[in-house]
Amino acid sequence: MKQTKYINPYLGGVLLGIVLLAANFISGRGLGASGALKSVVVATTNVVAPEHAGNAVFYKQYNDSHPDGPMKSWLVFLMLGVVAGGFMSGAIAGRLKFKVEHSPKISSKRRLVFALAGGILFGFGSQLGRGCTSGSALSGMAVLSLGGIVTMAAIFGTGYALAYFVRKNWI
Amino acid sequence: MGPLIVDGIISQSTNFLLAMIIGVAFGFVLEASGFSSSRKLAGVFYGYDAVVLKVFFTAGITAMIGLLFFSLFGWVDLSMVYVNPTYLPSNIAGGVIMGAGFILGGFCPGTSICAASIGKIDALVFIGGLFIGIIFFAEGYAIWEEFYKSGFQGWPRINESIGISQGLMAFVLVIVALSMFWVAEWAEKKFPQKEY
Repeated sequence: MKQTKYINPYLGGVLLGIVLLAANFISGRGLGASGALKSVVVATTNVVAPEHAGNAVFYKQYNDSHPDGPMKSWLVFLMLGVVAGGFMSGAIAGRLKFKVEHSPKISSKRRLVFALAGGILFGFGSQLGRGCTSGSALSGMAVLSLGGIVTMAAIFGTGYALAYFVRKNWI
Repeated sequence: MGPLIVDGIISQSTNFLLAMIIGVAFGFVLEASGFSSSRKLAGVFYGYDAVVLKVFFTAGITAMIGLLFFSLFGWVDLSMVYVNPTYLPSNIAGGVIMGAGFILGGFCPGTSICAASIGKIDALVFIGGLFIGIIFFAEGYAIWEEFYKSGFQGWPRINESIGISQGLMAFVLVIVALSMFWVAEWAEKKFPQKEY
């Protein structure tokens, strides 16, 4: 995969910034991803274990604050768009392909085990931190949120602090 | 006049439709910038590919400056734009856990959804992990609720905490971003990696 097939990162950044600006101008809020996944978790629990969803505080609070149902959320619609937009860009650039991407030094299985572990941590952390890289760090930075900028520093700082220990996975 | 939804210029349904259109642009830009590749994303932590840093901070300062100008022109009422709340203990702990997830998994939630859309199986597995992590948080909520809600400071902007104006703060962040771009360009030359 040749790097030149991607757009210039600074151009990509300006375009992403305009997308974020549009979200703030139109909807008065930033971008986000983890919130949409939380909506899916709550919606699923409401269906498969309605009694539990009615009793457990986390689900109860979420359902109370979303009277129209968990899936009727701005972020859910945003993420549906992301799937379509990512697919379109991948189709145009010829990058649509089922594959496990990993360093030649590690096996696919090892890559997937680490992907699962990373996902679990990120999922948990995004709830504790009230938003992920897009919702808390990027959108928070754009509105100069203290909490968002602290979260951003913690994400990237920890990434650098731990990079050495898992370098075999990447380099 | 803005934000349009707050001023009632658009309806809730239109807002959702526009959310989806914004999402299409979001996903397209992420994918076109290379955020659908975990090896490109992880590159920022080793210096061989700083695309994350460049795109992230260019986007951040673009939106930040854009909002300040929109406010100056009277196009948007900044007091009606959502500012993330500050709870330092959970902001830091959540960020640390997310950072660990990032370096292990090679994605963040938004980029994993983008990568899954073009068929990356590692991204799908990462999303599976995200669901497990969120369910774990939800099920154990009683255990960490107190910590989660501790240290609430409201919705401060970082310039208010330091005691400078938003414009000056923005200027400082632009200088910081430009310095980081300079370091990023240097690092990519210093730690090159051809095929990934």
